[in-house]
Amino acid sequence: MVRVLVNFGEKVCWGIIMIIGIDVGGTHTDAVLLENFEIKKTAKVVTDRENLIKSLMEVTENIFRGEDPGGLEKIVLSTTISTNAIVQDKTDRVGMILAAGPGLSSEMLRINEDTHFTSGYVNHRGIRVTGTDRDEVSGIGDIFEKEGIDHVGIVGKFSTRNPRLETEIGDIINYRFGHISFGHRMSGNLNFPRRIATTYLNAAIWDTYNAFVKNVMEYVGHTNTTAPIYILKADGGTSGISQSAEYPVGSILSGPAASVMGILSLTNGSRDAVALDIGGTTTDIAIFAGGTPLLEPLGVTIAGHKTLIRGLLTRSIGIGGDSRVRYEDGSLVIGPERDGPAAAFGGPSPTPTDAMIALGLTDIGDRKKALKAVEEIAGVKNYSIEKMAKEMFDLSCRKIISAVNEMLSEINNKPVYTIHEIFEGKKINPEVVYVVGGPARPMAPYIDKMLGFPSSIPEHAEVANAIGAALARTTTELTLLADTEKGEMTIAEEGVQTSIPREFTREDAIDICEDKLRDRALRMGAREDDLDIEIIEDQAFNMVRGMGYTAGKNIRIKAQVKPGLIAGFKKEGGNVTK
Amino acid sequence: MSQNKKKTGLIFFPAFDWAISPTHPEREERLLYTQDQVFEEGLLDLDNIVEFKPGLATIQDINRIHICVPDVESVITESHLISAGGAITAAEKVMQKEVDNAFALVRPPGHHAMRVVHGARGFCNINIEAIMVEYIRHKYGHKKIAIVDTDCHHGDGSQDIFWHDPNTLYISVHQDGRTLYPGSGFPDEFGGPNALGYTINIPLPPNTSDEGFLFALDNLILPILDEFKPDLIINSAGQDNHYSDPITNMSFSAQGYAILNDRLSPDIAVLEGGYSIESALPYVNVGIILAMAGIDYSHVTEPDYNPETIRQTPQTSRKIEQQVSHIYNLWKNRESRRADVVKSGEYINRDKSIFYDTDGISEHQEETVRVCDECGGLLTIDSSASTGNRIFAVMVPGQSCPVCRKKGEEIFESTARGSYNYTYFQDRDKDIFLVK
Repeated sequence: MVRVLVNFGEKVCWGIIMIIGIDVGGTHTDAVLLENFEIKKTAKVVTDRENLIKSLMEVTENIFRGEDPGGLEKIVLSTTISTNAIVQDKTDRVGMILAAGPGLSSEMLRINEDTHFTSGYVNHRGIRVTGTDRDEVSGIGDIFEKEGIDHVGIVGKFSTRNPRLETEIGDIINYRFGHISFGHRMSGNLNFPRRIATTYLNAAIWDTYNAFVKNVMEYVGHTNTTAPIYILKADGGTSGISQSAEYPVGSILSGPAASVMGILSLTNGSRDAVALDIGGTTTDIAIFAGGTPLLEPLGVTIAGHKTLIRGLLTRSIGIGGDSRVRYEDGSLVIGPERDGPAAAFGGPSPTPTDAMIALGLTDIGDRKKALKAVEEIAGVKNYSIEKMAKEMFDLSCRKIISAVNEMLSEINNKPVYTIHEIFEGKKINPEVVYVVGGPARPMAPYIDKMLGFPSSIPEHAEVANAIGAALARTTTELTLLADTEKGEMTIAEEGVQTSIPREFTREDAIDICEDKLRDRALRMGAREDDLDIEIIEDQAFNMVRGMGYTAGKNIRIKAQVKPGLIAGFKKEGGNVTK
Repeated sequence: MSQNKKKTGLIFFPAFDWAISPTHPEREERLLYTQDQVFEEGLLDLDNIVEFKPGLATIQDINRIHICVPDVESVITESHLISAGGAITAAEKVMQKEVDNAFALVRPPGHHAMRVVHGARGFCNINIEAIMVEYIRHKYGHKKIAIVDTDCHHGDGSQDIFWHDPNTLYISVHQDGRTLYPGSGFPDEFGGPNALGYTINIPLPPNTSDEGFLFALDNLILPILDEFKPDLIINSAGQDNHYSDPITNMSFSAQGYAILNDRLSPDIAVLEGGYSIESALPYVNVGIILAMAGIDYSHVTEPDYNPETIRQTPQTSRKIEQQVSHIYNLWKNRESRRADVVKSGEYINRDKSIFYDTDGISEHQEETVRVCDECGGLLTIDSSASTGNRIFAVMVPGQSCPVCRKKGEEIFESTARGSYNYTYFQDRDKDIFLVK
């Protein structure tokens, strides 16, 4: 195949660009083949939960049949492999070694029965107060070995400020175990309990995820393509598959991320907006600020674990088209459980979908069955079928609206720590609500009226997740801490800890942080065009001793490549077309 | 410690872009390491700890307490509206029962700010607790309130503001005024004629350690609180009694602060001073938050904590025991002392010289209170400052009797501008503030 340079929008790109996006969902695995950002083909297979690789192979073969493998730019996978392992508790046993120092009691920090505490403590400035006790650590190693534990997590309080204590503990025992996850590598954010949970999960799914990566690579090795494989992460960005193997937990919750990125790619997204994905059981809400999906401030929560895993801010409420509707103590209640499909599709209980059918807002399913289900519940209050259906539909819409408003109010009232932000802080003012999912068409006109801004139903929403995966750019984040009194700079996520001169400045820190972030993003498979680097934290404090002597500066910089769509895509209108 | 978990509100506002001056103790960096420690301990993820954004205090909130010369806008910055607003937010969350108790971890502080404000003293411009207290009364009706001020410095501003108020018990425990700014806060400073006994000063000798503070708490503060029966307890939570504080000489620890808060069980705590920003504040604040939330704080210690090296001497213990029993007797006999103080006069005067160390202003005040059995008593203040301003203020107290109010209105009416730059009228019950 001959590649030629053409002008694409404002960007210069290679001739034909083909990207495959694959979303392994709970029920179906969808794939989309994009050619120059237009949908050329879609494919769908039933997900084999016991053998995700098989579903992946099937869908890839379907979509790629008859195409030229040489023209393929990349394949992006959104997979539930990590999420499933965690949610279904199919994880490995992990020996945890914590260097906690003073603070919360150990009982509050213990994450499993294989958690052990060791002496050694780093304070908030990254100064080591107490060192490692070799014998103690070896002893813990003995226990792990005796118990047949092969995966270890090592986490220190404030290890992002000084990773050395963790690595020293690792050096004492590493030859004895298959894998060690280190807390400081997980995130630059402060939060010891979350660091413990993140490190634990990372080690617990290590084997499962690495086996998956190996299988994918083997499969791809048998095909004719040399295109790189990417994995979609929880933050709506991608990472090269081999780099992702170092940080398996990064790939959790990529399903909701794919959905949000899909909505972004299907809409003209540069405004503040709300995205609603109304499914059968749940409605997922996400928020865009000026076209960028908002991230969780610290990290996502999975299976009850609060983590430091960078992820999109989404909220899921138990209201969907198939939610069970009934009266409880005289009040109408919807969800959060689902008894099965809507009555119109043979389900056992009345649902919002049945209400919409009864109201004539949609003509899917068996209308008679829907009416009968609504009539049954209407009997409780002696309502007419229409009045009952209206009540059910209204309450569904109102519950979704109140969740949206609550989420917006939380975002807009998030605590801030400077006077400037109190007075000038940006507020999210949505101008549009994007609605996808089965009940999108009947519900959108009511929801937008209640919210007070217009709605929009993107086209091709049925393959939104696969498109979102295909078009997501590579994202990452780095945190730099420089302490000129100590004469040291730390970038925990990269394991960097070097000396700096006393005259080191905030500007130096920003330059280094940007360089390192660029290197990291390129290593993860980012394209130069997509390195939209942004400084998201920028603080420099004088460290004053006694009554006026300035001992040094404490500089804190955080930089990111934020979630967004790959360059070249943002053409006029910005929509994927068919 | 008590094992009952409580829902605790945290209003955290470190004002990372505000300082009195770049190297002043009250500067940007002050709560930086506290923030680090609170974040790293993951306290905000705990189910029973909720963070709230501070609201903004209004000019009206400030005028309910202070006479700012010439006006509020001239003596404050935006940061003061936020720190007073943070205290008010803490009170709101408690009063609305969204939380069981709340801690306003805000700056700048306020307990050296007096009724009349010509400028900043002791790093304080306006008294954020006092503004909060009057806000609570304005919005939620009259309350008996106790303030326990555990800052190392005598809270002379709070004392001045509540001096005549029998419904606010102000207890300050601090380093002996003969050895520390502002040089006041002795046991014989005991409240005005209408509120005798409702100002309690507990000066402690330098190098008092946990055991001395807790002795005063158990044997003096808690028994007095039991008798006063307040609707609300507020802790002015200064943290400069810490053994590592650079501008004081006490030996209190993070464990001591946590135990004190556990036993005192305040409804609202408001940060005051505390300038050992690396070695003390991170641990003290984590200790206080855990104690308020009813979570095990026994592992919260400073990395260099060694109770033996900071333990108070037996002589210090004896001095504290004597002091405590002396003050408790004063409290017990407060009613009988009133006759000696009041004698037969209808009005009682006091002269005050006030120095604003932060802004370098001197002020002279003549304060006159009407002796009254029915209320806190009508108050007038004639104040001249080295700024050139001379003002006259007429203040009708909260829950005032009709006589005090009527007299106050008459005095304000009949006072000519004359040699005053401004004359003010403040009526808390009617929420009236007038300037002429």
